[in-house]
Amino acid sequence: MQSTTRDFKDNVKKAIVEPGLQKALGMMKTGFQVRRLAAIEKLPEFEQLRDQARDIKNHVLENLDFYLERFERKVTEAGGKVHWCRTADEAREAILGICRGVGARTVTKGKSMIAEEIALNDFLEEKGIEPIETDLGEYIIQLRREPPSHIIAPAIHLNKTDVIDAFQKAHTHLDPDRPMEEPTTLLEEARGVLRPKFLAADVGITGANFMIAETGSTIIVTNEGNGDLTQILPKAHVVLASLEKLVPTFEDAATILRLLARSATGQEFSVYTTVSTGPRRPGDLDGPEEFHVVLLDNGRTNILGTEFQEMLRCIRCSACLNHCPVYATVGGHAYGWVYPGPMGAVLTPTLIGIEEAGHLPNASTFCGRCESVCPMRIPLPKMMRHWREREFERHLSPASVRAGLAFWAWFAKRPRLYRLATGMAARLLGLFGRANGRYGWLPLASGWTKGRDFPAPEGKTFMNQWAKREKAS
Amino acid sequence: MPASSPRVGLFVTCLVDLMRPSVGFAAVKLLENAGCRVEVPATQTCCGQPAYNSGDRGDTRDIARGMIEAFTGFDYVVVPSGSCAGMIHEHYPALFADEPETLAKARELAACTHELVSFLVDVMKVERVEAAYRGTVTYHDSCSGLRELKIKKQPRQLLGSVSGLTLKELPGAEICCGFGGTFCVKYPDISERMAAEKADDIGATGADTLLAGDMGCLMNMAGKLHRKGSPVRVRHVAEVLAGITDAPPIGEPKA
Repeated sequence: MQSTTRDFKDNVKKAIVEPGLQKALGMMKTGFQVRRLAAIEKLPEFEQLRDQARDIKNHVLENLDFYLERFERKVTEAGGKVHWCRTADEAREAILGICRGVGARTVTKGKSMIAEEIALNDFLEEKGIEPIETDLGEYIIQLRREPPSHIIAPAIHLNKTDVIDAFQKAHTHLDPDRPMEEPTTLLEEARGVLRPKFLAADVGITGANFMIAETGSTIIVTNEGNGDLTQILPKAHVVLASLEKLVPTFEDAATILRLLARSATGQEFSVYTTVSTGPRRPGDLDGPEEFHVVLLDNGRTNILGTEFQEMLRCIRCSACLNHCPVYATVGGHAYGWVYPGPMGAVLTPTLIGIEEAGHLPNASTFCGRCESVCPMRIPLPKMMRHWREREFERHLSPASVRAGLAFWAWFAKRPRLYRLATGMAARLLGLFGRANGRYGWLPLASGWTKGRDFPAPEGKTFMNQWAKREKAS
Repeated sequence: MPASSPRVGLFVTCLVDLMRPSVGFAAVKLLENAGCRVEVPATQTCCGQPAYNSGDRGDTRDIARGMIEAFTGFDYVVVPSGSCAGMIHEHYPALFADEPETLAKARELAACTHELVSFLVDVMKVERVEAAYRGTVTYHDSCSGLRELKIKKQPRQLLGSVSGLTLKELPGAEICCGFGGTFCVKYPDISERMAAEKADDIGATGADTLLAGDMGCLMNMAGKLHRKGSPVRVRHVAEVLAGITDAPPIGEPKA
């Protein structure tokens, strides 16, 4: 997917005045948070589970080679095949090879962020293969030809009228005057359209929430059951996953599953938790003839052993998005690439480069809410700060910011001069602001004063007053 | 004052020093009332957060070194800000992982540094203050104090003892006001929207006064409330707890 991350500030300007988006964001703001809180309040061991989950993933990341090889061996033993892909390009080619191998004309897809990361749909279309998204939200945004704006709720930026509009344009075989006001009617309509596509698809592509090293199994969680139809009905099932989805055992997956849905939607468990192990065996009632795992690195191993390694614990639950006040203000598309919100602010620069994604780790108040809800205890603000350090070291931060900072730091390191400077500033600002108590405009602070007043200082610094008081006593 | 009373170094913070000295004097009064001997080291400047959060580790370390020097040897260091106290308490040691000598001093300083209100309640075991305030106040939990230092109950406990004061909880009190230090300058559009939402929430409580424990957040919220024409008065929580409310509320002219 083409990044517009460089244009973050412009994206923001558009997002904050877009009434449809703001309405949709307003609706999501409380829902996820309230439901998550209700779910974890019923689970006294939630905090211990977070520790366990963190430790499991840390262990995997420390022993990634061992578990990857074990996973491959088990997949092969079960009759499947693992495709090792260093880059997005290699992953796309591997999938194309599988599709060509079974003569695929249509491909159904379960929800997969990795497919977004490698821009799979565009690629398949170019090659004459029709990809069909089967998750309702993904289906809607596919019709609108736009990327997801949220990891687990890809169409969260839309309102009902947008969906009606998209269905009217796409489902031209249906009566244009049909009733569409009820959400259930829209759901039925999507089901009706998708059902024959499930049956006709030659290849089904899903992501993976977990890959289990001990058995070579993969797990997906869904609420719509679309993933099951995607992977069972076609001739070949392709699991497209990045390598950090690995866990050693089923028990480990079960531990993390107890955190996943609660953190994401506030459900105790997703409606469907589906395990796949190899292709259909003799005697199985259903299942694909071929089972492929396309394992993508795409820069992830580069951050092993760095200050960003902990990011690879992420399970894509979206709790950080759901609790981020910046995400809630600008929505997911403003971030300009696949992964929005706090997790995206850390991950995106590792995948597309800090030159491209420099805004993202800066566009945070460091309020810390993301870290406080992250089920995997990923220190997101700390890692955003590490990105800022790298930007600073490489002189990538804006010249005006650097100049201002250098000016201020020069004084902050020289207490006597600092005292003189602050004394003067307090007097000046206090003098001119005295009449109103605040400024409606200030030089160099127009960003602040455009939408806010700037309170005037009292007039004398504390330190000067204190020194006088000490002298007098 | 008894000889056993702890010797407290007050780090007044750059914003209180420059913008609102009343908060510093309120802090001194609260600490002295709690039985502390208060000193204000003259070489203090800023905790270094603007540099730290801009990725400028070099300047941060230099500034932190100056702070460590200024505040070595006190029983406690107290700060009328959760954000600046959090910087020293949570982040100073990490700055000097490769300098054992400074690291030891940074750890020592971190261990004895507290935010003002939580220090009064948790360390000095202050249960009530002698102060009066006529009005209904609402309280915003500034992010660093809340999440890094777990400050939540302490200000409410002490506000509960102020005579004449009614506390009305602010819905979304734990959601950032949009200040974020340099964030409000780098991304003013987002910051302004967040401040606007906060101002709406504050207005909806019907409270006549907004309190919080951090000057940055207070200036941001006061600025937005004033721009909207809201009559809500804004003060640092220490002013009300100390009963030092002779200065006009933040952003308002002298009466």
